[in-house]
Formats: sequence, structure tokens, C-alpha cells
Amino acid sequence: MNAINEFLDAWGADLWESTIQTFQMVGISLAISILIGLPLGILLVLTRPGKALDNKFVYNVLNVVINVIRSVPFIILLFFILPFTKFIVGTSIGVKGVIVPLVIYTAPYIARLMESALLEVDRGVVEAYEAMGIKTRHIIWNVLVRESRSSIVLGLTIATIGLIGATAMAGLVGGGGLGDLAYRYGHLRYEVDVMYVTVILLIILVQGLQSLGNFWAAKLKKD
Amino acid sequence: MIELKNITKTFTGKQGNIHALKDVSLSVDQGEIFGVIGYSGAGKSTLIRCVNLLEKPDSGSVKVNGVDLTTLTSGKLREARSHIGMIFQGFNLLKTATVYDNIAIPLKLTGLDKKEVKSRVNKYLEIVGLSEKQNAYPAELSGGQKQRVAIARALSHEPEVLLSDEATSALDPDTTEAILDLLLKINKELGITILLITHEMNVIQRICDCVAVMENGEIIEEGRTKDIFTSPQHSTTKRFVNSLFSHDIPDDLLEELSESGQVATLSFFGESSGDPALALVTKKYDIFPNILSGNITRLKDEAFGQLLVHFKGDTAEIHKAIQFLQEKQVHVEGVTLNERHQRIS
Repeated sequence: MNAINEFLDAWGADLWESTIQTFQMVGISLAISILIGLPLGILLVLTRPGKALDNKFVYNVLNVVINVIRSVPFIILLFFILPFTKFIVGTSIGVKGVIVPLVIYTAPYIARLMESALLEVDRGVVEAYEAMGIKTRHIIWNVLVRESRSSIVLGLTIATIGLIGATAMAGLVGGGGLGDLAYRYGHLRYEVDVMYVTVILLIILVQGLQSLGNFWAAKLKKD
Repeated sequence: MIELKNITKTFTGKQGNIHALKDVSLSVDQGEIFGVIGYSGAGKSTLIRCVNLLEKPDSGSVKVNGVDLTTLTSGKLREARSHIGMIFQGFNLLKTATVYDNIAIPLKLTGLDKKEVKSRVNKYLEIVGLSEKQNAYPAELSGGQKQRVAIARALSHEPEVLLSDEATSALDPDTTEAILDLLLKINKELGITILLITHEMNVIQRICDCVAVMENGEIIEEGRTKDIFTSPQHSTTKRFVNSLFSHDIPDDLLEELSESGQVATLSFFGESSGDPALALVTKKYDIFPNILSGNITRLKDEAFGQLLVHFKGDTAEIHKAIQFLQEKQVHVEGVTLNERHQRIS
């Protein structure tokens, strides 16, 4: 008991701060990534050959761009786009500076996950709605997104967990967070306890998220 | 009500072009139930999908209620489509929505206000007999119930025309009967014109006023159901009619029987099916009819019966007897080995 109190006295504030930073980075970049990734996923599905907005050019360009971004490891991406980050948010360090690379890393991933989720939707239902004279934008929301919502939730869960992993590297540009704490104190300064505690915290976080995602997805699924 | 003129449609596939529809014309009158029958790959599915332009024909015109849909802008086409209901083999309901929402969501999206949506959903659920299931999800329903929901969804837009794309093909025989009854009721009580496609002859027999038979992208035979049943011309049509009334007798037996007389199929219709014509024949002529097999069924609103009979006796007598039967409005068609082999080949 004493040992725990001692540990918390020494590290409690740092741990708390790091957790908050992780949540901030994940929360903000996830929100922005969804705003970009979901429409991109929809666009990928709709511009496919034979689909509602069949457009080879848009489809191929999107495909290539997404593949290119997804080929670059996050740690490289982080440094590679530093000038771009600075241009967008005015700084390339801190939580603010890390959001841009995190979004660029996650949004294409989410677009792919959304694409595969939306492709699962029965073509027949879309057709039934077209036959009723429903507008395409209504079909997107009320049929495509609605029918794949359970897969979307599962996909977003996967993306969020990937994002948590990526935030660990954000420490390199001063973004902070749990991964950074484990690296700086646990690894560089041999404070093994800190490393263990942050790893356990991350495990709990990931487990909790996955369980929550599974539960929510199951609840949304009605068949 | 529906007028297709010179429709052609070609799909470009990996193995060259597929001519799904070759210059097909079709006309369905107001209030009619019109059936298109054909084997898979005959082009019937493409045909029905051309009616609401889910499939755009390469050439030809598609008129529904006097409006040529092929000339409309996409906005006007959407408006026109909302007056053409469609039901599918796979039901195509939202899995994530309740029965109520499955009908309500498309209504809301077409811009109806809440009160009107509610009253329509309730009205049409009542008509298809599923009011107490309105909070169920499709996964909790049987195939027949799902199709009822799909029918209610189509009807809730108050269409003038209902297209049915193999709507009963995924259902068991009892459920098929119930759904066909429902379609008949819709046709009679709401006056909705129905165009359906099927590969099952009993669907045509039970509810269709008119039928067209399709093969290889063409309509090979067309007419009142009654006429098609009594005197099918094309071999494919004959096969479809035979699928319902199978009087196939083994070749060797037929050969044996043909030596001592003539084997023939007699078709009775409506009033003639109540007349003891065959009994009169035995009294009037010196022949012995022997009934090999028999069948009676209902077409949409008339009884229709068929007998496979062996007339034993002198050829001249048999000839006279057959003439007499024909005068009595009985349709007679001889069955011979040759003809049968032709049919098979």
C-alpha cells in the first residue's frame, strides 16, 4: 500500500497529464479523421465501376493517394510532413502539432475501413430505394451508412486502437501522452515502474475500447 | 398502362456481348395482371427492370401511364418512379430497421409529413395483415412476412403499377399461395396494375390475365392465360404448361396404346369442365375412352381441367368422337410418339 502511495505521489500527476494528452490526441484526431475518412469511404464506394457515381478518374486517384499515404510508416510521416503541419496549424510541436500527422495517418485508414463496411451492404436494398425514387444522398445516409453501422463501429474501434499506438510516437515532437511517458522515463531513464504502469494503462484502455466497440456493434446489428 | 416498344439491351461481358433483350415490345392494360414467364437467362429480369429504368435500355421507349420515362430528367424520373412500386425476390428490406420504419423511412424521404407517414404505414400494414408485427425486425420474420412488408412498402407510395421481380421464387408453396392471394386482392381492391416475372407456371395460372413467354431475349408467345393454357404453340410454352399438368406416360406404354387407338389430351374450360362430354361420347360412338390421368385446377377466375385419354376403337369412329368433343368446346390434342420426340429435341 505504501509503495503504491509513494509511486502515485511521485508519478501520479505525470500519469494523469499523459493520460489526458493521449485522450486529447486520440479524441481530436479521431473526430477529424472520421469527418474526412467517412466521406472518402463513401466516395470510394460510389465511384466504383458500375455504382451510382461511376467515375474511373476519381476512383483511381483516391485509390492511389490512399495507398501511398498508407505505405508510409507513421514515424516517417510525422517528420516528412513537418512543413505541412506548420503551415496548417502554425506549429509542428505539442498536441496541436501532432494532430495533423495523426489525421493524415488515420483518415485514409478509416476511408478503407468504411469502404469495406459499405461494400457489405446488399445491392438489392439500394436498388429498392432507387426504384422508389429516393435521392442518392438520402440513400447514402439511410441505406448505406445505416445498414453498415455495425461494421462501421467495429472499423472505428480498430482505427482508434491504431491511433492510440500512433500517439506513442507523438512524443518525438513533444505531443506527450502515455507512450511518450513510457519511452522517456521508462526507457531512457530506467524507471521501470513507470513503464509497467503506462503499459498496463494502455492495455486497459485498448481492452476497454475493443469491448465497448464489440458491445455497441452487436447492439446495432439486428440480424 | 405500361407500354414497352422495341426494347433492346446488350450487356458487354467477359465472354463477348450478351443480347439480353432483342427488340421486345409489350403492352399491359390498366387493371390487368400480366405475367412474363421464362427460364433463367431468358431476359425477363432485364425486361422488368427496364420498366422503371433500373436498367437503361439501349434503344426503344418505355411508357408508363402515357409518359415516356426514357426522355425524363433524373429528377422527373425519380418522381415517376415513386408511382411505380416494385417488389423483389430477395425482399430488400433494411435489416437495421423495424417493420414500421422499413415502410416509414422511404415515405419520409419522399417528403411526406409525419402524420401522413403514420397513417399510410398503419393502413398498408393492415392491408398486408402485419399490423401486430410493426416493431419486429426483418430477422425475426418469416420469408412470407418479409415479402408482405416489402409489398406494404411498395403500396405505401400509392403506385399505379406494381412490378414483381420473382417475388414468390424464394418462398415455399403455401407461402407462395398466400402472397399470390395478396397480390390478387391488391389488384382487385386497389385497382393496381401488376406486371410480374416468374419461372413458375403456377404463378401465371393462379393470378395472371395475360402471359408472355420469353426465351433468349425475345417474347416467343403471348396471349390470354386461358388461350396459352389450352393451345400453347411454342415448344417452350408447352413445356411450361406441362410443368403444371404433367401427363407424361412412358414411351413403351404410349406405343402399345397407340396400336389399339389414339391417346389425346382433352382440355376443359369454365363451363365445359362441368359437362359430361366424355360420357356422351361413349354413348354416341363405338369407342372406349380410358382415362389415363386427369387434373383440374383454377385459373385466375375460371376452372380448367385436363384429361389424358386413350380412345380405343376404330380410327374413323375416334375421329368423329374427337370432332364431337371439339364442338362441345373441349380442346383436343393428340399425343403421339413422334410429336413427343420432337418436343424433347
